[in-house]
Amino acid sequence: MKSSLIILMFFAIGLVLGLSRFVPSFFIENDLTMYILYALMFFVGIGIGSDTKAFKVIKETKIKIILVPICVIVGSLLGAGAVSFLFSEMNPREAMAVGAGFGYYSLSSIFITKISGEFLGTVALLSNIMRELITLVATPILVKYFGSLAGIASGGATSMDSTLPIITEYTGKEWGIISIFSGIVLTIIVPFLVPFILS
Amino acid sequence: MIVGMICGYLLKEKKKILQISEKMTTAIIFILLFMLGIGVGLNKKVISSIDTIGWQATAITLGSILGSVIFAFITFKLFFASKNEK
Repeated sequence: MKSSLIILMFFAIGLVLGLSRFVPSFFIENDLTMYILYALMFFVGIGIGSDTKAFKVIKETKIKIILVPICVIVGSLLGAGAVSFLFSEMNPREAMAVGAGFGYYSLSSIFITKISGEFLGTVALLSNIMRELITLVATPILVKYFGSLAGIASGGATSMDSTLPIITEYTGKEWGIISIFSGIVLTIIVPFLVPFILS
Repeated sequence: MIVGMICGYLLKEKKKILQISEKMTTAIIFILLFMLGIGVGLNKKVISSIDTIGWQATAITLGSILGSVIFAFITFKLFFASKNEK
C-alpha cells in the first residue's frame, strides 16, 4: 500500500515534468531505459534465485497447491481477454498482457511500455495498482461468496506481501502458505509471460 | 535475468549482498517509473486519451480479478473444500 503510493508519486512527478516540458534534452535524446531495464532484470533475478521458499512449500504441502497460481493465470488472461471485446480500440492480446501483470504493477508496466509504448504501459500501471487496491478492499466479500481461495486469486502476485495480511485475516492462517506460494510463482512468471504474450 | 537468478542462488547465504540487491531493485523501479511518467507527460496522444486509459485499466482489472476468482472457486470446490469441513 505504502509502496504503491510512493510509486504513483514518482510517476506523477515524472508526469508533471514531462507536461511542463521541463526535461533536459539529454533525457529525451538518449534512451537509457533499456540499460536500466537490464540492470533491473539482473537484480530481480538475484531476488528470485536467493529465495528458496517456494520449493520448500511445494515439498511441505501437496502438489495441488500448484493449481492455485495456474487458476490465477488462466482466469486473469481469459477475463482480461473477454473484457477487451467490450472496447473496439483494445485488442485481446494487449489486454491479456496487462492482465498478466497479476498486480505486479512496477515490473509489468515497465515491460509493456518498452514493448508496446506508453499508452498501454500507463494502462498496465493503473490496472495493476487497482488490482492490489481492489483486493485490499474486496477480499472479505470475495471470500464470503467464492470460497477461501478467492482472496489469493484476486491478489495475484501481491498475495505474497502487500495483500497477505488481509487474505489471512479473512481466510485463516492455514491459507497463508498457499497465498505466499501463489504470489511467488506469479511474481516469477510476470517477466516471462508479459513479453511472451506481446511477442 | 537468468544470470541474476544463478547469482542469487549462489549468494543466498550472503545476507548483506542480498539486502543491497533488494534496495537496488527498488531504486531502479522508482527511476524507471519516474521516466515512464516523463514519457507519458511528453506524449500528447496519451495525455489526450487519459479517460480511455482509465476505463480500459478498470475494465481489465475487473475482468482479470473476476476470471481468477471464478477459476479459483471451481478449484476450491473440487480440490480444497474437504479441508474446510474439518
